Amino acid sequence: MNRLLSFLFHQGVLDEQFLQLQQLQDETSPNFVYEVVNIYFHESEKLLRNLRALLMEREFMDYKKLGIDLNQFMGSSSSIGAKRVTNVCVAFRVATEQNNRAGCFRALEMLEHEYCYLKNKLHELFQIEQQRALAAGVRYPVQNE
Amino acid sequence: MNFLIGGRYVGGSFDVESLVENLLGQLAGHQAILVNVYDVTNSSDPLIMYGNQYEEGDVSLVHESKLDFGDPYRKHQMICRYHQKAPPNWTALSTAILFFVILLLIGYILYGAGNHIVKVEDDFHEMQELKVRAEAADVAKSQFLATVSHEIRTPMNGILGMLGLLLRTELNSTQRDYAQTAQACGKALIALINEVLDRAKIEAGKLELEAVPFDLRSILDDVLSLFSEKSRHKGLELAVFVSDKVPDIVMGDPGRFRQIVTNLVGNSVKFTERGHIFVKVHLSENRKPVTNGKHETYRNGGSEEVVHASGGYNLKTLSGYEAADERNNWDNFNHLIADEEFFCDASTKKVASNEFYEQVTLMVCVEDTGIGIPFSAQDRIFMPFVQADSSTSRNYGGTGIGLSISKCLVELMGGQINFISRPQVGSTFSFTADFGIFKKNPITEVKKVNYEDLPSSFRGLKAVVVDGKPVRAAVTRYHLKRLGIQVKVANAINKAVSLCGKNGASSTGLFQPDIIFVEKDSWVCGEDGIFSVRQLDWKQNGHIFKMPQMILLATNISNDEFDKAKSAGFSDTVIMKPLRASMVGACLQQVLGTGKKRQLGKEMPNGSTSVRSLLFGKKILVVDDNVVNRRVAAGALKNFGADVKCADSGKAALEMLQFPHKFDACFMDIQMPEMDGFEATRRIREMERTANEETNSECGERKSEFHLPILAMTADVIHATYEECLKCGMDGYVSKPFEEENLYQAVAKFFQTKPTSVDS
Repeated sequence: MNRLLSFLFHQGVLDEQFLQLQQLQDETSPNFVYEVVNIYFHESEKLLRNLRALLMEREFMDYKKLGIDLNQFMGSSSSIGAKRVTNVCVAFRVATEQNNRAGCFRALEMLEHEYCYLKNKLHELFQIEQQRALAAGVRYPVQNE
Repeated sequence: MNFLIGGRYVGGSFDVESLVENLLGQLAGHQAILVNVYDVTNSSDPLIMYGNQYEEGDVSLVHESKLDFGDPYRKHQMICRYHQKAPPNWTALSTAILFFVILLLIGYILYGAGNHIVKVEDDFHEMQELKVRAEAADVAKSQFLATVSHEIRTPMNGILGMLGLLLRTELNSTQRDYAQTAQACGKALIALINEVLDRAKIEAGKLELEAVPFDLRSILDDVLSLFSEKSRHKGLELAVFVSDKVPDIVMGDPGRFRQIVTNLVGNSVKFTERGHIFVKVHLSENRKPVTNGKHETYRNGGSEEVVHASGGYNLKTLSGYEAADERNNWDNFNHLIADEEFFCDASTKKVASNEFYEQVTLMVCVEDTGIGIPFSAQDRIFMPFVQADSSTSRNYGGTGIGLSISKCLVELMGGQINFISRPQVGSTFSFTADFGIFKKNPITEVKKVNYEDLPSSFRGLKAVVVDGKPVRAAVTRYHLKRLGIQVKVANAINKAVSLCGKNGASSTGLFQPDIIFVEKDSWVCGEDGIFSVRQLDWKQNGHIFKMPQMILLATNISNDEFDKAKSAGFSDTVIMKPLRASMVGACLQQVLGTGKKRQLGKEMPNGSTSVRSLLFGKKILVVDDNVVNRRVAAGALKNFGADVKCADSGKAALEMLQFPHKFDACFMDIQMPEMDGFEATRRIREMERTANEETNSECGERKSEFHLPILAMTADVIHATYEECLKCGMDGYVSKPFEEENLYQAVAKFFQTKPTSVDS
């Protein structure tokens, strides 16, 4: 899977956990990675919206709730191997432990940025995969599954 | 004449001249003195009064004295002089001269000494200055080396990292081989950098050897694989043989040992254009010089007679070319192996006597048939930065450091390195080294050891090796023995056929090979042999024997030869030399078809088969509020063959775990809202307690207790403390996302390995 994937590894966007995910994909669950990543995107968007809403409150004091959502986000990111996102989450958590609002803001922005980047790249990856699958299908039209 | 009468004055006449002369005669000693008396009243006109006016004498030395006769009007003067000129006083002169000369000499010496001192002082100052500069240069050099090596290492690590990632993907055996070789070369490059740094460390006296257990044979295999491409390219035979008496695991410094062997083999590969490079390892006590050159019949199924051709080609060495050290040829090798076989048969493989000693001394020989080392250079080669000839670097490359480092390392290992070399024939380098014995206690983790995972599926197979060169055949046999295959060697194909096709009365005389390995050289020479194998009547004594697989062994093979081989009945896979047990195993797997390709790709270093064997068929509950984590954890566990159900909160988990339930284990996330992992576990344990009490009160004899193994899943292994987990009743924790080793260790505590049908 090509230059894009190794590029992402090199940049530290993804790590070995992503590879492990790919290895879990086989005949019994042919779209495993795609499904998991989609679920991840779905959940993450919800979480990110929550986080932003919390921080934007005028009288924001509830760092604990922030921490809970953040933990969820961190957990799922590390499960799929999104290393850079996880790292930003760690920094975010430090800021919440110190009750540092400005720090939290900065971390949230960086998180959103990293998340967008990841999402774009993974979409690209899936597109390439799809194209390859199509091309393979064309070359061997007679194939018994 | 004088008169004295009555005490009054009398007068007498004297001859003054004779009187004076007598007096002078008495006084003057040896020299005659002339006396003149003058009347000098008139100073310009002295009147002579006494003495010979005309005798000059020696006027250079004149003594004047005034005379006073009592006459106030007249002055008188007496002048005395030598009659003869005084001869020059030689003694005084010579003394003076000598003295003068001596003074001169002394002066000269002092001057010389002074000069010398000044010169020495000047030199001293100059040397000091130079010394300072040299030290500065040395420091600069070390800094430069450190910087440069760091700069080189960084992108190299990038390359190695990418290769590592590549190796984790699905590759066929050729691709895997290429990628592994590329990785090994990359590591070798880094090793080269380290070698240069080592040189600096040795100079500073800061080199230390470590002592860890390692597997000698796998290190040698690695080294050989490094050079396989190059030697194949040059058409050289590369082989390694380790005697059976050498223990599997020894204690020592594997990196340094590898360094030494790499250096020697690398030199051999560099300087050899034809023939072979043969690495032999055995215990150093075994080296007995063979006094009689008689060729014993080898317990091999009859003695084969090898035709001695005149000229160097058909000697009994690995490739047939003559080697510098005759001790490695077949006769002695034969004896060596024969001795070992005898011992192996007589006692168990573990040589009991070794347990008494702390150390074992091994001797390693690297024999090549290269250009050799000229006699004039032979005493210099271990010096750093010296190569045999000034043109060597230009022709062959290299820096000349390797041998000197190897020598230092060998000496640090308590051994010695030396060599025998004949120009145009070849060189044999050998060194001894001390290693410790590895005492295997069941407690120490075997994982720490560099244990090579050889596939064990070939144990008990039988094979025949057809090779005209006995040394080479012995090497092949050694590699196959490592895989557990029993081997018989035959000289030519027809002999192999007769070996298998014996019409023995008892079945013990029969040898039914599953595989026949044929060395390409032997096949090319005896082409008709193949047909005799095919035509062999495989039905004997009422049994139908399976036709054995025929596999070709070759150093290099062209497409034509490959096609010919395939049409003659050889299998598709040709095993390329140099032989490595792992490579042979992989090829055999392909040929014999054991193990699905899918599993080949999925085999991870510790074997996913081990976790699979623990979890196969078990019912597992995964509890996590995060849906992504649930999917991933479930997917991973399903991959290991487990049957997985998910729960998204502590409450749901409690419901699913109501008795009776069929779960074998539970993975519980700790950080969950509402009810976290600890609380959920506590409740589960309560439920279990009540259930146990109920069942035990009903039938008092039943002893079984419900206890579901619960493992915590945590992303932060640091934050989740083990005590916390234990307090609420958990049995352990695993990291999230799953790490295989971690998972295995945690799960192994309560599951037994089950033999699964998928493993083979």
